[in-house]
Amino acid sequence: MLVFERRREPSRFWTAITPILAVLITLIAGGILFATLGKDPLEAIKTIFWAPLFDPDLSAYARPQILVKAAPLVLIAIGLSIGFKANIWNIGAEGQYIMGAILGGGVALAFYPLEAWWIFPLMIVSGIAGGIAWAMIPALLKVKFRTNEILVSLMLVYVSEHFLASVSLGLLRNPDGVGFPGSRNLQHYASASNAELFAGTGIHLGVIVAFVSIFALYGLIRFHRLGFQIRVTGQSIRISRFAGVNPNLMIIFCLAAGGGLAGLAGIFELSGPAGRLSIDFNVGYGFTAIIVAFLGRLNPFGIALAALLMSLTYIGGDLAQFMLNLPAAAIQALQGMLLFFLLSMDFLSQYRIRIKHWASG
Amino acid sequence: MDFAAINPLIFFSTMVAASIPVLLAALGELVVEKSGVLNLGVEGMMIIGAVCGFIAIYNSGSPFFGVLASIVAGGLLALVFGILTQVLHSNQVATGLALTLFGLGLSALIGQPFAGIKPPTFPKPDFGFLGDMPVLGQLFFKYDYLVYAAFLLVIVVSYVLNRTRAGLILRSIGENHDAAHALGYNVVRVRLAAIVFGGGCAGLGGGYLAMIRVPQWTEGMTAGVGWIALALVVFASWRPYRVILGAFLFGGVTLLQLNLQAVGIKINPAYLSMAPYIITIVALVVISGSSNRLSNLAPGSLGRLFHKTM
Repeated sequence: MLVFERRREPSRFWTAITPILAVLITLIAGGILFATLGKDPLEAIKTIFWAPLFDPDLSAYARPQILVKAAPLVLIAIGLSIGFKANIWNIGAEGQYIMGAILGGGVALAFYPLEAWWIFPLMIVSGIAGGIAWAMIPALLKVKFRTNEILVSLMLVYVSEHFLASVSLGLLRNPDGVGFPGSRNLQHYASASNAELFAGTGIHLGVIVAFVSIFALYGLIRFHRLGFQIRVTGQSIRISRFAGVNPNLMIIFCLAAGGGLAGLAGIFELSGPAGRLSIDFNVGYGFTAIIVAFLGRLNPFGIALAALLMSLTYIGGDLAQFMLNLPAAAIQALQGMLLFFLLSMDFLSQYRIRIKHWASG
Repeated sequence: MDFAAINPLIFFSTMVAASIPVLLAALGELVVEKSGVLNLGVEGMMIIGAVCGFIAIYNSGSPFFGVLASIVAGGLLALVFGILTQVLHSNQVATGLALTLFGLGLSALIGQPFAGIKPPTFPKPDFGFLGDMPVLGQLFFKYDYLVYAAFLLVIVVSYVLNRTRAGLILRSIGENHDAAHALGYNVVRVRLAAIVFGGGCAGLGGGYLAMIRVPQWTEGMTAGVGWIALALVVFASWRPYRVILGAFLFGGVTLLQLNLQAVGIKINPAYLSMAPYIITIVALVVISGSSNRLSNLAPGSLGRLFHKTM
């Protein structure tokens, strides 16, 4: 019979190889899925995973776009991974992303049409503050009442979506918008515009900051005492107390990190690629970032790779929607499958599979 | 503003029907959590149940097949979660989220050709003269079969959990899986059964939405009801009858918000739409903060990994 033996330490080989295996199996399973739905599987897979990178007509536009779409994923996933390491489950990053954009955008629009150098930094700081403030609701409720942070942070996503709808139709609506919903376009407001840094690429400051955040997390986890404390808290709250951790402060720190970076991603997105607040401003980066964090094994460099892969599927998915009439949500099915395969193959790094005979058992 | 425009009889009966999807999903999740497993994929199982139920009832014309397809689809997706978390020991939070994503995506794919079509009408039982009674008839005897089935299921679940040996075993596994294992119970098998039951309930809840409540297939039509169901389980402090109360509260608030808009109360509709979620948070806080007796109601092994040692 087959026996599963727990390894003393996760196998390094399998930890490194399983994400790649998971991607390959997802490609095959995704192909089968498309085939059963009557779409040409090779065509679909090629459009989603190959065309954005290597198609001669599309890649010039698509390649930098992969970086642009990966930036918010990296920022959010980096923040979330800190909490996940400590066993603190903030799954409401989507809401924190929205609130960051609303507060940051609101502050910038309050000064319109004043032009000044300090508006942009103030807007960014407000964006971070908005995300942190929203994340403090589950954090403080957890600290004070032991309320489950998973459910509270998630419920707040829906609250923030309705709030977004209300401000983009009311408070922050463009007064010169001749009745159209949505705020002023920040791209047309020089002091608040997060303009592209390299002409024609769409790459903005957020992409650079996301890149920096990868190394910042690496430094924090590897070299700072806090990184050690986060890991110990994840192992056991009781043991973490002996290591001098205040569990309540840890909860607040982890949710603030996730919320702050999600808010930052939100304000970069609003003042850059999106331009204006509208009902459909949020596109699910906050949820996809959770997958990115897991796919990247909560490791900063892994997160970067995972974000690039997810971003590729977004862009490929757009192409597939446009060229093959696949629904936009087909990408979610692929992303879900990818996570399934990855999680199931984690087993290989955690356990050793042995064949044992009854007699020797 | 004119509150008289809200007919309490119609309000009550609509509220009952509106609460069925979340009631069914929460009841299933309650059983799952009682066995010590946290499945965050309720939303995904609901929407798969919704699309499969809709396709089945549309293609066969038979409500029975619609219901069956909803239950089987939700149960199958739950089985994927069960195998991943129970056999392959994957993280329950991440697996549940993957289930939701996958369900939302897959349902959009297979439901694409069915958007905007009307399904055949779902039958209602005829209670004869009972249904003709002035007030009581409207309150109790005007629903479709699934409403009665859902309330019956609450009674059955409560009875089985609290009054039978099977329920005792399930609860003991949820409280302390190591002790239950030492007593010789098969932790993994019982949990798998609970997970599949939960998936079937969630699937049926979604199916109710698509086949009866709306009735239509729209991409992403569950719109967060699965997450509300998860909150409801905590709100109900893991007691089946209280799930009914919570579901009515949620259904009532959702409906009230529509009614208030209809009678012209000047509140921004966005703030009214937030209400159910904020009330859920408040309820969560009250329950988790009130007393030790209440917060200790959570199953002891909820969400914890079980690895059998020989």
